[in-house]
Amino acid sequence: MKPAPFDYYAPTTIEEACALLADAGGGATILAGGQTLLPLLALRMSQPFVLVDINKIAALKGVARLDGATRVGSVVTQNEAIDDPMLNRLMPLLVTATRHVGHHQTRNRGTIGGSIALGEPAAELPATAVALGASIEVRSVRGVRRIQAEDFYLAPYSTALTADELITSVDFPDWPVDAVPVFREVAQRPGDFALLGVTGMLAIQNGRISRASMAWFGMGSTPTRARQVEAELIGKDIAAIDARALAELAIADTTPFDDRHASAEYRRTVGRKIFEQTLLAALQLRRAA
Amino acid sequence: MSEHKIEVAINGRQMQATVEGRKTLCDFLRVDAGCTGVHVGCEHGVCGACTVIVDGLAVRSCLLLAVQANGCEVTTVEGLASSDSDLHPVQQAMKDEHALQCGFCTPGIVMTLVALTAEPHKPKANALLEAMSGHVCRCTGYQGIRRAARKLAGSKDSP
Repeated sequence: MKPAPFDYYAPTTIEEACALLADAGGGATILAGGQTLLPLLALRMSQPFVLVDINKIAALKGVARLDGATRVGSVVTQNEAIDDPMLNRLMPLLVTATRHVGHHQTRNRGTIGGSIALGEPAAELPATAVALGASIEVRSVRGVRRIQAEDFYLAPYSTALTADELITSVDFPDWPVDAVPVFREVAQRPGDFALLGVTGMLAIQNGRISRASMAWFGMGSTPTRARQVEAELIGKDIAAIDARALAELAIADTTPFDDRHASAEYRRTVGRKIFEQTLLAALQLRRAA
Repeated sequence: MSEHKIEVAINGRQMQATVEGRKTLCDFLRVDAGCTGVHVGCEHGVCGACTVIVDGLAVRSCLLLAVQANGCEVTTVEGLASSDSDLHPVQQAMKDEHALQCGFCTPGIVMTLVALTAEPHKPKANALLEAMSGHVCRCTGYQGIRRAARKLAGSKDSP
């Protein structure tokens, strides 16, 4: 099918974009990479009156250093993030997670900000933003506000972003450069939506875990932080980890659902197993280093 | 409903047109520019048949609006070889390895492989094979396509 008619605008400044969103009174949709939006338009599941293309706004591009964090502009494409030397050095988890988003061809257009804004429960980047404690900066004609990734996701495809707001950047706070990324997902085919996955970071000092952050995707209606296992991991000697018991604890915070692809029970069973395997693999990698 | 004047370089030829905001790049290429080598399969980003190269990157032309390509350079399968008796190295590899049957998905696959093997890229077989996950082929069983991809990466291994 073809998209229903709309008015298309391609502003070059954040202020112009915010004014367009405000003027549309809720009838506008933001076009970032468009790799989810264009299908929704073609299927007429989405019929906005106004489309605001933010790809021409230079202020939304690029990766930059802040004090204690790395800022990713909202229209940085997924393949740009994968190839970015600063992100590879400072945010390896974000790079690994982004490699699993869609296909090479969709990552050439799809953006970091767009995936985070969509709030698909089985998507890699929302859960990774939650695990990394990212802060999402949003602008509107009413001003600027920052939303913690953990507070951003309300329900499937429902976020704290209001109709007149635009994500300008996602700021990822620093982790120690030798911290270990933990990432694993299960999908039926490469590039498909994941059935489930786990994403997080472990910092290790003197053989003990000093900081842990873990989140699940596809294991509930929003990204799910595994708080109980994080608390349990802190201070643990990495030579004496009971990965199976920790996997049990990691599952305790999840509320997976049945759908046509997998049952909730399947998700819990596979989740336990991948958590155990991925934790052990990450610690082995660290011991070998 | 908005209309927009755009100027796009298609296979090296500058083209001006006025398009509705909602017109996708694949429809513009087929209907307005006559590049019917751009095959439209699913029209919602799943099958990869409509893949073209925009400013050096392989993208799905059904997931881009024509107005977004304003000022861009677009290459379709028509822009690869200088004559009908001539083949681009990617097309030659596809032919040699029997990597097509009905040919519907072929232009998309060719454009992804062309983008990833163009200078200055030195693609590894794994990267080409991974990028093939973005294409659906209902005939070949993929083995010929994978052989062509490996050949283009300079890998002699059989799949």
